Amino acid sequence: MLSCKHIMTVDDMSTEDITKILDTADSFTEVNERRIKKLPTLRGRTVVNLFLEPSTRTRMSFEIAAKRLSADGINFTASSSATVKGESLRDTAKTLSAMACDLVVVRHKYAGAPQILTECMDAHIVNGGDGVHEHPTQALLDLFTMRRTLGKLEGLRVGIVGDICHSRVAGSLVPALRKVGATPVVIGPPTLMPARPDVLGAEVIYSLDEALPTLDVAYMLRVQFERADAMPIPSNREYAKLYGMNAARLAAAKPEMIVMHPGPMNRGVEISSDVADSPRCVVLDQVNAGVAVRMAVMFLLLGGEGGGAAA
Amino acid sequence: MALLLKNGRLVDPVVGLDEVADIIIRDGVIVEIGHDLSIAKGETLDISEKVVLPGLVDVHTHLREPGREDKETVASGTAAAAHGGFTAVCAMPNTSPICDSGSKVRFLVERAAEEGRVRVYPIGAITKGQEGTALAEIGDMAAEGAVAFSDDGRGIQSGGMTRIAMDYLRAFDKPLIAHCEDESLVGHGVVNEGVISTRMGMPGWPSAAEEVMVARDIRLAELTGARLHLAHLSTAGSVALVREAKARGVSVTCEVTPHHLFLDEDVVIGYDTNLKMNPPLRTSEDRAALVEALLDGTVDCIATDHAPHAAHEKELEFELAPFGTTGLETALSLVNTHLVATEKLTWADVVRVMCHGPRTALGLPGVRLEAGQVADITIVDPEARVEVTREWFASKSRNSAFLGHKLLGKASEVLVGGYFALKNGKVVAR
Repeated sequence: MLSCKHIMTVDDMSTEDITKILDTADSFTEVNERRIKKLPTLRGRTVVNLFLEPSTRTRMSFEIAAKRLSADGINFTASSSATVKGESLRDTAKTLSAMACDLVVVRHKYAGAPQILTECMDAHIVNGGDGVHEHPTQALLDLFTMRRTLGKLEGLRVGIVGDICHSRVAGSLVPALRKVGATPVVIGPPTLMPARPDVLGAEVIYSLDEALPTLDVAYMLRVQFERADAMPIPSNREYAKLYGMNAARLAAAKPEMIVMHPGPMNRGVEISSDVADSPRCVVLDQVNAGVAVRMAVMFLLLGGEGGGAAA
Repeated sequence: MALLLKNGRLVDPVVGLDEVADIIIRDGVIVEIGHDLSIAKGETLDISEKVVLPGLVDVHTHLREPGREDKETVASGTAAAAHGGFTAVCAMPNTSPICDSGSKVRFLVERAAEEGRVRVYPIGAITKGQEGTALAEIGDMAAEGAVAFSDDGRGIQSGGMTRIAMDYLRAFDKPLIAHCEDESLVGHGVVNEGVISTRMGMPGWPSAAEEVMVARDIRLAELTGARLHLAHLSTAGSVALVREAKARGVSVTCEVTPHHLFLDEDVVIGYDTNLKMNPPLRTSEDRAALVEALLDGTVDCIATDHAPHAAHEKELEFELAPFGTTGLETALSLVNTHLVATEKLTWADVVRVMCHGPRTALGLPGVRLEAGQVADITIVDPEARVEVTREWFASKSRNSAFLGHKLLGKASEVLVGGYFALKNGKVVAR
């Protein structure tokens, strides 16, 4: 069991909750390596994936996690008829509540959407990404991957590189790293920084080359801007030159430094192809961890009895 | 028809009045103020322990009629004004259609005469359709009764257009009310840029987006000699600019809202859309600077920016919900609770910032507690207890930033031209 009913933000979880989720995910990893990847733990429980913003990998990851725990999983996407017909989020939430679901994973274009759900229904709410605010299960799977690859979390220096202010991944990863005793460093041009990165508790460095030699993890964020009047960067070319991870930079980093990315990657912009395909890039480990971590979150929130994975 | 108000504490600094006395009103006019007065026939009301003020006015009200009568109407908005202790409101022009011609001003004047519980002074749009590109027919609107001109809700983005508007307005001696918001700096901003935008993961609305427009409009007022009134200032930097401009003798006045005086950005963290305003709630330092500017006379008026919205609109996601809070019914109680009861302001100061200050800023007819003056009077019970609940409002809308607050003091009676618009705390039907 966790100390929180919902996971809307990283701040909802205590450090003990985070450790418990990561430990539980460790045991679920073994299940994911079996030929028969299924546990009866959440049989009869209903998990709704309420994805009101396009998402493939996160939705699939939650869906697989629910199936492996034998929960009944329902997908509700932005193209589902209710939202197309103009139903409000509150009404959608009340409708789902009336159908007695146990856990709702919500992905939404706007910050605070999970909060609205908690006000309208009794189910456990897991934030699958709200606007540019938070994406807490991504942070959990990132911590899990760092711990597996580097053997620890405490004391790690993690550089998060790129569009910090439009990144819900950074919004959750920075506080999550602080909770486990690691040091988040946000790296990017000032135009891509939030107004007050200090309140998140991150060190701010504008030069990747300056920060690089001290990092244990380089976490590259996806960079994609529509052409607009006030573009925050002059060009992808200049961005790649200043903030892209490439072979030369990898060579200048600590030999044990790993490269992470929340996906999907823009090869040639924030990460070069050779780095993306190198063994030091753990992107696929992150994806793999995502299923186990989400299984752990569902299992612990729904108070699954019986000792979990190994049972 | 005579009315005798006995034993109220009469406060009006303009006539040097602050004492317990009686008032006799006949045919809508104050005929006598004195002690131990009596009338042969008519109504006598004992208002011991109550405070009698010259009629309060709100210079920044959105009545929503025509166009969004589901949110508010002239009837319901002026009922809310009476409930809150106001004898008059100034109606902003961003209705649907926008009030940008003489005939639309006349519609409002006529509707107010038919249905208004309190006086309504129309404000006309400065530019056609409030699009910021071409002057609206300001002379025609002034002739029909528009008291001031504003593109409130947006603000004029072009400095050149603002300058033309200021120059043109000088011919009519009417003020330009500026909504100070540089849209290129605000973007999609919905909360104060800084701690709260970072924590909530929402686009920020920076203080500078207001302040650069305040600075621009002050300079343009100096250039043109026009009368400039700055709406709903929300930042320490804005009031500092006004203080400095006033010291230089610029013809500028300004208002602050109760929500910017009494709430800061920290309350927004729960994504309550009733706390979504334009401009947004700012930091506690900004809030303290606004209170200081109110106390030192930099701020001329408290104005509510009463912005009623339908429940289904405010129940949306924070970034999708419309900006604004209702304010007419809570303003006076908030001022008493936070400033008068705490002895930061006297009742004479309240009269300055809620009656004479706003009337002077917009050039409205003056009211005074003096024989021969029209009987527009607000009577306050400073000990009344108010719990702000959804059911308590006379407004059609319930989107108050102060729901759940427990406040001290409330208007008990409002007289407009000698007629009760509010009596015993209840709005009087026409």
